Amino acid sequence: MTFEPRHPVADPSQKQTFRHRLSGLSDRTIAWIFVAPSIALLLAINIFPLIWTIRLSLTNFRTNRPYAPVKWVGLQNYRDVLSDVGVWHSMLATAHFLFWTLFFQVLIGFTLAYLINKKFRGNDLWTTIIVLPMMLSPAVVGNFWTFLYQPQIGLFNYFIAFFTGIDPSSFSMIGDVSLAPWAIVIVDTWMWTPFVMLICLAGLRAIPESIYEAAECDRASRWRQFWTITIPMVLPFLMLAVLFRGIENFKMFDLVVQLTGGGPGDTTQLTSINLKREAFEKWHTGYASAYAVILFVTVFGLASIYVKALNKVKDR
Amino acid sequence: MRRGIFRAAVLAAAAMLASTGLAKAKDLTLCWAAWDPANALVELSKDFTAQTGVNMKFEFVPWTSFADRFLNELNSGGHLCDLMIGDSQWIGGAAENRQYVKLNDFFDKNSIKMDDFIPATVVGYSEWPKNTPNYWALPAMGDVVAWTYRKDWFSRPELQAEFKAKYGWDLAPPTTFDQLKQIGEFFQGREIDGKKVYGASIYTERGSEGITMGAMDVLYSFGFKYENPDKPYDMQGFVNSAGAVKGLEFYKALYDCCTPPGSSNGYMTEGIDAFKSGQVAMQMNFTFTWPGFNTDANVGGDKTGYFVNPKGPDGEQFAQLGGQGISVVANSENKDEALQYIKWFAQSKVQANWWKLGGYSCLKSVVDDPGFVSSQPYAEAFLNSMAIVKDFWAEPSYATLLQQSQARFHDYVVAGQGTAKEALDGLLKDWTATFKEDGKL
Amino acid sequence: MSGYSISEPSARQKWIAGALVVGYAILTVLPLIWIIATGFKTPNDAIAYPPKVIFHPTLEGYVNLFTSRARATPDMLEKLGPPTTWYDTIVRQYDMIITGPSRYGQRFLNSVIIGFGSTFLSVFLGTIAAYAFSRFKVPLKDDLMFFILSTRMMPPIAVAIPIFLMYRALGLNDTQLGMILLYTAVNLSLSVWLLKGFIDEIPVEYEEAALIDGYTRFQAFWKVVLPQAATGIASTSIFCLIFAWNEYAFATLLTSGTAQTAPPFIPTIIGVAGKDWPAVAAGATLFLIPVMVFTILLRKHLLRGITFGAVRK
Repeated sequence: MTFEPRHPVADPSQKQTFRHRLSGLSDRTIAWIFVAPSIALLLAINIFPLIWTIRLSLTNFRTNRPYAPVKWVGLQNYRDVLSDVGVWHSMLATAHFLFWTLFFQVLIGFTLAYLINKKFRGNDLWTTIIVLPMMLSPAVVGNFWTFLYQPQIGLFNYFIAFFTGIDPSSFSMIGDVSLAPWAIVIVDTWMWTPFVMLICLAGLRAIPESIYEAAECDRASRWRQFWTITIPMVLPFLMLAVLFRGIENFKMFDLVVQLTGGGPGDTTQLTSINLKREAFEKWHTGYASAYAVILFVTVFGLASIYVKALNKVKDR
Repeated sequence: MRRGIFRAAVLAAAAMLASTGLAKAKDLTLCWAAWDPANALVELSKDFTAQTGVNMKFEFVPWTSFADRFLNELNSGGHLCDLMIGDSQWIGGAAENRQYVKLNDFFDKNSIKMDDFIPATVVGYSEWPKNTPNYWALPAMGDVVAWTYRKDWFSRPELQAEFKAKYGWDLAPPTTFDQLKQIGEFFQGREIDGKKVYGASIYTERGSEGITMGAMDVLYSFGFKYENPDKPYDMQGFVNSAGAVKGLEFYKALYDCCTPPGSSNGYMTEGIDAFKSGQVAMQMNFTFTWPGFNTDANVGGDKTGYFVNPKGPDGEQFAQLGGQGISVVANSENKDEALQYIKWFAQSKVQANWWKLGGYSCLKSVVDDPGFVSSQPYAEAFLNSMAIVKDFWAEPSYATLLQQSQARFHDYVVAGQGTAKEALDGLLKDWTATFKEDGKL
Repeated sequence: MSGYSISEPSARQKWIAGALVVGYAILTVLPLIWIIATGFKTPNDAIAYPPKVIFHPTLEGYVNLFTSRARATPDMLEKLGPPTTWYDTIVRQYDMIITGPSRYGQRFLNSVIIGFGSTFLSVFLGTIAAYAFSRFKVPLKDDLMFFILSTRMMPPIAVAIPIFLMYRALGLNDTQLGMILLYTAVNLSLSVWLLKGFIDEIPVEYEEAALIDGYTRFQAFWKVVLPQAATGIASTSIFCLIFAWNEYAFATLLTSGTAQTAPPFIPTIIGVAGKDWPAVAAGATLFLIPVMVFTILLRKHLLRGITFGAVRK
């Protein structure tokens, strides 16, 4: 499997033996040699654990009681998870978070892309600046946002106070039950709007100019062109962006756990945070495993349905 | 070429494994929380290193992630910590899951007697099951929830006069919770030296244990009990007694009336910040914070006073126990050195030094010393507080029980959902389910 | 450039669009600038009201970030004599002494080792797998590719439950090797998908020509395909590196004192009493700046990276 000699073409005789040596290795074998390590690693670190999770979900096993007897409990954990008010509360919190982050990110992201596509001077530079937050560590940035959200001394409160005239110490974005769900939406929107923006921009730039020219000949108004050409052409891109953000935000953990820790009460306790509490604070491993399986089936199911819809739009 | 890369990768991986293994051999790692006493312990431990040549390494984690990190460490079978100064409530789980080394034989061999320590700390920090002579830790750091107040503000004549006119009694450290609330209301929103100040800082933190520690500190004196004293785990009418409901209502009222804005998720550090920055007149916190206040540039010396947790409506008076014992981690590869450290730490002269540097010794000979009460302005309040302590469940399921009370208390007190009665009834239900699952009910 | 275009916006439109975008851009970097600025404030300036825009910069935050300190009694300070270095001077104004280095450097180094280690492995494995998927008839190719992608859909906390147990049994908890393997597995989906796209774009004719010249498959892969795919490999590497660099959930659950990376560590930086925001900001700044630089370098390939190669532009 070595590559000596360095210049195989220079010496025809050696070339022959080399070929001969490798003649046993068909392309098919090489393909397997190349693919196998990746598949093996994924089997070991993704699939085997998944199977183990399913197994654990049928028991009352607890990670912090290695010596306690383990009992099979059948589907009891699944029944418990699905009848747990806290779980449904988390699902609702996640749904709120998902809906509004997607809504704002699509709205702002598309608008920005549309504006940038006007190709004003320096748009490349500003695009790069807008993109910065997206690439940063959500945990580190989320942690710092708690500082920006501090009543009185925080920049965010000060900013709002500056423009609205209300007292900056009169509201606490992460402490107030009615504001906290929006506090996490704001930070996520700040971080991830550029993602939607970039994808929309690619969509806008992919629209051939000739289509607009044709529309112009038909005397379609700009407004009409926007709705009949721009939007339908960008839609597949937009839907792709929503798919990615949807999956990511369904899994959301780091940013929100740093921002609110799920509080106040369990107002912003998204499913991942709830799961973490069950699995690594209460150490209800069996129960948490059932919870994890349910979450995985949910995200996988929703994503599959969505991808089907996406393909339909794309083929249209 | 690729073989070379492979070999390099394998070698690098092997080197990494080896280096993690090697670093353990000579050093002893002590795990604790990142707080003032930990710094004092670093200072104190230099003497141990000088005597034995064993190098000490420390792993300190802030309180809000303390339990999270180190329970994870214990449960993952990690090898990071040789010595653990773990929270008092961990002891049940750590004992039953064999995560700590049992110390009875070691104590006997080295004539370390538990009778030499403050009884409450022995029960709280060392014993499992409680009130049996099975020791899993040496009491290391006495701690209890109590209060600080701004002595300088309390002694201003104009404020005293106004207070007397309004409430009919002299402005002084409160002896009942009603008085405490009145003082809080009095200071809330007041301008002092051109700055808006607030009544009191209390525990409201959601993620780890904050709001439970704070609420319990009040609930005990209102009549809350964990269980029927005659029938273990029988909680109906104890956890949700009429007194307990009143206590929780009081805690919410205190949160609503008298805390600074944005106090929805505060624990020890936030309390320290609020008090030091001159934001609050009173502050609930563990006594470990006191040496720091005493020497602080803003609030140090005569500006700060200390008082014991006030009495409840029926004159009952309890306080939430904090503090920890020091244990040897069963997974440690340096158990002998770790035991040697405990032996060194138990000596009375080391304990005396411990108090001097800012730690709270649990050794009777230190706290019963005639000079103890006058040695620091806060010494007396500490001793009186230690005499009335109660602690949270130390069951193996402590983490679950705690998460359940955190959720119930935060939901009611901070998020304002439901009533106090509903919160405690719900807590009773949660705890009952947990004990059922453990087979204790 | 290509002369008159019907969809070319007017100067006025451009101006308005430009103003709006610039406004948004300024708003969006404000928090980042605030992080960097806070790193150079004193703790008191950091929590001043109203927030201080103009302040006297100091390195206190950075000193606090890299050292651990303890409060010293007056007689202790007297014994020590005057401070000898500039950082001693800063610490002494608070009656404190430096007791040693902090954990930040070690955590940062862990981030570097784990980040580069996992990037190397996942790009290496990803390149050969992507080549096979791109050039050969692999049975069930589409299913395998989808399987690789689907591993990315699982919530990390859900994956962490069995990994925690598995690593406990293998002794991989809180080791750099354990984290490298884990991040490699997580990054594989990204690297396979991205690199397959890049390799697909390299014309097969080059290899065919090389094969006719007497190259073996391996040689063709090594000498023809790899150099052509260099840009793709480089940008894939950076994406993998950024993921590993930023990852928090696994790191917080599976590491403790030995292999902990910077993201779970930075939020736990506290002062001797109370939260030390300048130190947190300093730690965050040093940690975020490399990623900012990479982002700027990568801007041409950004879209492709974040969509797993689905949008190529």
